[in-house]
Amino acid sequence: MARAVTNQRKMINTGAAWIIGLLIFFPILWTILTSFKSEAQAIADPPIFLFFDWTTENYSTVMERSNYGRFLWNSIFIAGGSTILGIIIAVPAAWSMAFVPSKRTKDILLWMLSTKMLPAVGVLYPIYLLFIQFGLLDNVYGLTFVLMLINLPIIVWMLYTYFREIPGEILEAARMDGATLRDEILYVLTPMAIPGIASTLLLNFILAWNEAFWTLNLTAAKAAPLTAFIASYSSPEGLFYAKLSAASTMAIAPILILGWFSQKQLVRGLTFGAVK
Amino acid sequence: MATKASRSAARVMMAPAVVLLLGWMLVPLIMTLWFSFRTYLPLRGGDQGWTGFDNYVRFVTSSSFWPAISTTLVLLIGVLTITIVFGILLAILLDQPMWGQGVVRILVIAPFFVMPTVSALVWKNIFMDPTNGLLAHLWRFFGAESVSWLSDAPMVSLIMIVSWQWLPFATLILLTAIQSLDGEQMEAAEMDGASVLSRFFYIALPHLSRAITIVILIQTIFLLAIFAEIFVTTGGAFGTRTLSYLIFQRVLESQNIGLGSAGGVYAIILANIVAIFLMRIVGKNLD
Repeated sequence: MARAVTNQRKMINTGAAWIIGLLIFFPILWTILTSFKSEAQAIADPPIFLFFDWTTENYSTVMERSNYGRFLWNSIFIAGGSTILGIIIAVPAAWSMAFVPSKRTKDILLWMLSTKMLPAVGVLYPIYLLFIQFGLLDNVYGLTFVLMLINLPIIVWMLYTYFREIPGEILEAARMDGATLRDEILYVLTPMAIPGIASTLLLNFILAWNEAFWTLNLTAAKAAPLTAFIASYSSPEGLFYAKLSAASTMAIAPILILGWFSQKQLVRGLTFGAVK
Repeated sequence: MATKASRSAARVMMAPAVVLLLGWMLVPLIMTLWFSFRTYLPLRGGDQGWTGFDNYVRFVTSSSFWPAISTTLVLLIGVLTITIVFGILLAILLDQPMWGQGVVRILVIAPFFVMPTVSALVWKNIFMDPTNGLLAHLWRFFGAESVSWLSDAPMVSLIMIVSWQWLPFATLILLTAIQSLDGEQMEAAEMDGASVLSRFFYIALPHLSRAITIVILIQTIFLLAIFAEIFVTTGGAFGTRTLSYLIFQRVLESQNIGLGSAGGVYAIILANIVAIFLMRIVGKNLD
């Protein structure tokens, strides 16, 4: 927009936006700051904002005490595994719906989306029972599979909207030059589809990382990812703020960083292309 | 265009995704339906046979049903109102020219990426704790009595926590919609002497109506299913038991599978009513 804006107005905008932005971000900032305090300073009244004795002691305590590494690994395995598996299954489906659409394509897409709307709690017991039957309770593979199914509709949708942006003429041209279906996919489509696939991967990794219904209900000690680790962080009221903060910071930091790269995909992935 | 061969290839390529989702949908759904018609208490005698619609009747006539419905609605309406009103204001503000726009946007979006158990636990302890919480410090600083947020004002607290998580989502989508607003139209209206308010109500708001509808529908689906925030903060106590949480308790805590499954069927029906509207909008956009 080329509207002339006075510097004064720009300054007011800037001031207001920064104040509100910092206010919204404050709980996260405060958690990060608290994670570097001693337990005593973490609950000091009046609270100490910046001028405390910075320490990384909480981080080492949390890591030693609670086998943090295993929870972290479970999170990475479950979120990463479910996303990659989902993409392997979704790419062919999205590809065929985008490039060989039939009359039913739209219905299939909408139906897939509708499975995402199924309230998890409504099918909790059946899944729980099946997990017991197949010995999958508290098992990372079982959880990976469920999270893959949970996110599969979103993965198919995102890939579909990305694939649709690839001009069909290019494929036709390749076909005219005698490219087989395999060539088409390998040499024409894949290079053009990689940015879309990467975005899909990113957003769904985040969604799976933060998923907190199945991860809480289907795991115990062995397969619990960070969501469950944090939930079980039963600190007696007020005593372990700094350690709680350190554990929280470690659980959210990687995702915050990834999340900042995926702002745009967030809109596409969660509105199913309905808002552009 | 599409040859017969490519059509059948397409079908094969779609098959794994379709089959998996079909199984994921049908198998548990049929099991839930089946259980909902039976007296099934795994810890107290197991499956005791067919009961017809008993569970359905008992679920809605139990004394915790209506409170759960009203809790669900209060949470839903509270969070929707806050996130949409502030989301619109914030989106308009973020759309203005300013210094450091990118950074502010990152700050605003950040809460969405915090995992639910972390935000619930951090809010519960570090902010809302009546003795050591930051809000208690703040209240005392102004000479007021500190508040036991989660027991004295549980719904307000829960709405605050959940709104904080979802405000970024609403803002981001509304911002995307605002950015597609025709700047010239706004300028023309401004030149014709339309006030800020009438520009907002007659141009911006109608333009945003679609995005607002989508935010409402998507958030409703997620909010109806909200779990970790309640699980971690109150465990359903102090009147924070929503419909989904009630079903969760029936199924896993009191192990009354029949009753819980009947509740699950109600929840599925409810979610589907919302979903139909969402599908319609999304479907229109596909053509």
